[in-house]
Amino acid sequence: MVIGLEHYLTLAAIVFTIGMFGIFLNRKNIIIMLMSVELMLLAVNINLVAFSAQLNDLTGQVFAMLVLTVAAAEAAIGLAILVVFFRKRGSIAIDDIDILKG
Amino acid sequence: MIAGAFFYLFATILVISALVVIVSRNPVHSVLFLILCFFNAAALFVMMGAELLGMLLLIVYVGAVAVLFLFVVMMLDIDVAGLRRGIKQYMIVGGAVGVVVLLELFIVLGGWVISPEAAGNARAPAPADVSNTVALGRILYTQYVYFFQAAGMILLVAMVGAIVLTLQHRKDVKRQNIPDQIARRRDQAAELKDVKPGQGI
Repeated sequence: MVIGLEHYLTLAAIVFTIGMFGIFLNRKNIIIMLMSVELMLLAVNINLVAFSAQLNDLTGQVFAMLVLTVAAAEAAIGLAILVVFFRKRGSIAIDDIDILKG
Repeated sequence: MIAGAFFYLFATILVISALVVIVSRNPVHSVLFLILCFFNAAALFVMMGAELLGMLLLIVYVGAVAVLFLFVVMMLDIDVAGLRRGIKQYMIVGGAVGVVVLLELFIVLGGWVISPEAAGNARAPAPADVSNTVALGRILYTQYVYFFQAAGMILLVAMVGAIVLTLQHRKDVKRQNIPDQIARRRDQAAELKDVKPGQGI
């Protein structure tokens, strides 16, 4: 049995959907929402690396590295905002994030 | 055959642990299963021949991001039961959207072919004689050096931003203020009193 591009693309599609499902499912817990975003970015990275390996082009791996960088930065900033918010309100429920009344 | 078996092993663990991440009651368990996810994804990257990215995933995600999540989860005193209220009604909507997106992705997966010209369009063809790390290093520091620098800038901004956001000045804690100490002169600090003999101050 040869593992081809389709296998990896299917796996990435499943992981991406799980990440999106997680955002819907954990509407109140913003930490799990951030983790779901990380899962979706991981799925995107699997796609990029699979195509890079299939087409024998290293650009995809460079791009995956940049996605990794942005994901790390996003997690750091997101968690910092979360900590600041928790200090101010004593809760991280999404329902409480309505200070701006937007 | 062996590759197929390992692919299905890693993929199954990846999908199951991703599911546990989103349905787990305890956020700490979620973080730990997220780490398991990244381990399996790194194994898959190594199977695809992207060793550098696999190891990078372990260092950056397992070593830094997941531990950051773990710190925040353990630092904040979260009412987990309250956060899970109303999860049933979200399950229906989320499940519906999830199934639709998954079906759409599978429709896309079923109906595409790689263009025959695609193979000639490679911007950075992987050389056959050197390892993945060497090849990536060669193009990362030459062809894609501006992107590399931009990534560094993004990380710098993220670091400064995170520090500025979470730094707090507590009024009730006494701190050393070195400029104040240096700027203090003798007439501000000491006072001369002419004390009469036998009277006291």
